[in-house]
Amino acid sequence: MIEARLLTKVFRDRKKGEIRGADSVSFRVEPGSIYGLLGANGAGKTTTLRLLATLLSPTSGTASVAGYDVATEPDKVRARVGFLATSTALYARLTAREMIAYFGRLNGLGGPELRERIRALAGELDMHDFLDRRCDKLSTGMKQRTSIARMLVHDPQVMIFDEPTLGLDVIASRAIVQFVRQCRERGKTVIYSTHVMSEAEKLCDVIGIIHGGRMRAEGTLAEIRARTGEAGLEESFVKIVMEGQRA
Amino acid sequence: MSGRTIGTIYAKELTDSLRDRRTLVSTLLMPTLLMPLLILGIGSLASRVVSRARQEVPRIMVVGGADSPGIRADLEKSGKFRIEAASADWKALIADRKVRAAVEIPAGFERALGSGSAPPVIVYGFDGELNSGMATGQLRIFFTALRDRTTARLLADRGLPASVARPFEVRQSNVVPPEKTGGNLVGGILSYIIITFCVIGAMYPAMDLAAGEKERGTMETLLCSPASRTDIVIGKFLMVLTGSLAAVACSLVSLSVTLAVAGRAIAAGPASAARGGGAAIAIDPLGLLGVLAMVIPVSVLFSAVLFTVSLFAKSYKEAQSYAQPVVFLAIIPVGIGTLPGIDLSARLALVPVLNISLVCKEMLSGVWHWGFIAAIFATTVIYAGAALALAIRMFRSEGVLFRT
Repeated sequence: MIEARLLTKVFRDRKKGEIRGADSVSFRVEPGSIYGLLGANGAGKTTTLRLLATLLSPTSGTASVAGYDVATEPDKVRARVGFLATSTALYARLTAREMIAYFGRLNGLGGPELRERIRALAGELDMHDFLDRRCDKLSTGMKQRTSIARMLVHDPQVMIFDEPTLGLDVIASRAIVQFVRQCRERGKTVIYSTHVMSEAEKLCDVIGIIHGGRMRAEGTLAEIRARTGEAGLEESFVKIVMEGQRA
Repeated sequence: MSGRTIGTIYAKELTDSLRDRRTLVSTLLMPTLLMPLLILGIGSLASRVVSRARQEVPRIMVVGGADSPGIRADLEKSGKFRIEAASADWKALIADRKVRAAVEIPAGFERALGSGSAPPVIVYGFDGELNSGMATGQLRIFFTALRDRTTARLLADRGLPASVARPFEVRQSNVVPPEKTGGNLVGGILSYIIITFCVIGAMYPAMDLAAGEKERGTMETLLCSPASRTDIVIGKFLMVLTGSLAAVACSLVSLSVTLAVAGRAIAAGPASAARGGGAAIAIDPLGLLGVLAMVIPVSVLFSAVLFTVSLFAKSYKEAQSYAQPVVFLAIIPVGIGTLPGIDLSARLALVPVLNISLVCKEMLSGVWHWGFIAAIFATTVIYAGAALALAIRMFRSEGVLFRT
């Protein structure tokens, strides 16, 4: 489970002054569900997710991931989280197998247990053909599967996806969406950030719309539509963001 | 801190770096090849140039001396010179390297020799030009011999032995073993090379493992793992240190092999013959071990400083522009240490890097000032520790890791 309570992150910039990347953000994600975090570029999605993954520490507020506090037990949080973003790249000079094994070892796996885990993931993600090929020689789809295997190697309870389909073609994006669905079916707690409305409509059980670092609206797709009186998620999103800009 | 995690990160960085061409070139290939290229390549080229200049029979001009035909004939007979017909523009001809030297014999010189009060002979040449230097040298030898013969004849005419003019000889002898002589000759430059490679060896791994990872997006991937930031920075730092020490080790092994191969050739060569011959250049192995021991904290210092600087950079290119001044800052004091007359003192022992350069030079020359050695080692360890602590602190800073 993920629970964020008034989570705030303030950045200090010499030119721009104080920037509130996340401003009193609160939400809850239950196991076996997908929470969609929607927002335009610079809305605060990545900051919020980095706070949950303990890459950043909160200025104020708290969050717990899989029962551990992000500020006081960051190592335990990271051991239970799988984080996939467009910015989480692969080591070009390692093979796909070495890449997965490296992150397995960092998560405390080793020996026959790690070998068996890599074999199982390679089978599940159809990676056997390129498992011993260097990552810089892989196609985009192969890289994506390697990233997913890297994320899954320690079988995390919580999965965080930060715009994972950004820059991918339709086929590759569909594979990611399919994979996220499977995570829900396996009972994982999933948080998925995107600005692609169709993806959110297809995937998410609950949607949170973030703008200017603040949570502007939250609810199921039907609840969001009902609140704005709009037929589609895109129109609802635009309406909520415009209201946020006026506020 | 977890030793297992640090080991995992170090092993991965080692594998990764061994597959990186830039790192391999800077840490292994360049330090291995530079010494043979410098000593064997440039050394043999210089030796060939000098030997060709020695074999040349220089063209010279005799200015004046029409009433000293004997001197002129002796110059020709010596076989050491090719005498060209004198012309008014002889100075320009020397400057244009068409004639190597000229000698001005004053009027009545030969006649005045008999009375022992001949006016001075002037030798003209092109200072700093190798072949001209050889020619003027030969002319000086010729006229010095003529002077000695004239002195001996004048003394004989007066019934005095030649020893009156040269009552005793002065001889010089080296009391220092060849290792010390070799260390003194090459100690400064050796320290320069070792410390330079210490920096260069650390530079590329530091840039690749810090700024390079940030730029490629793999840093964020790594930060998502349960490894603590301290474990990550120590694992990576150990790889940077490995690069630095590998470069030093390669340069030392390469230098030892090169000196063993080329040392005797250099000793038997023309430069050595000019010094009156001598043994091959030998380096005291104990001095080398001392240098290696002193280099370890310097490597830690440079590795930590370069890693910190690279960590601050957003990209590999930016890291390069930050690392270059660090390299210069390191090399300048080492260069000062190679200058003759700059010796280790209590004041200079406090100057970082320069103190290492000076103490290494002393150790290679067989001089062991234990007080200075201990103080320099201790202060360098403190500087290195502070630099490493700064690197860890920087790695924990979100502003540095996610700087955009």
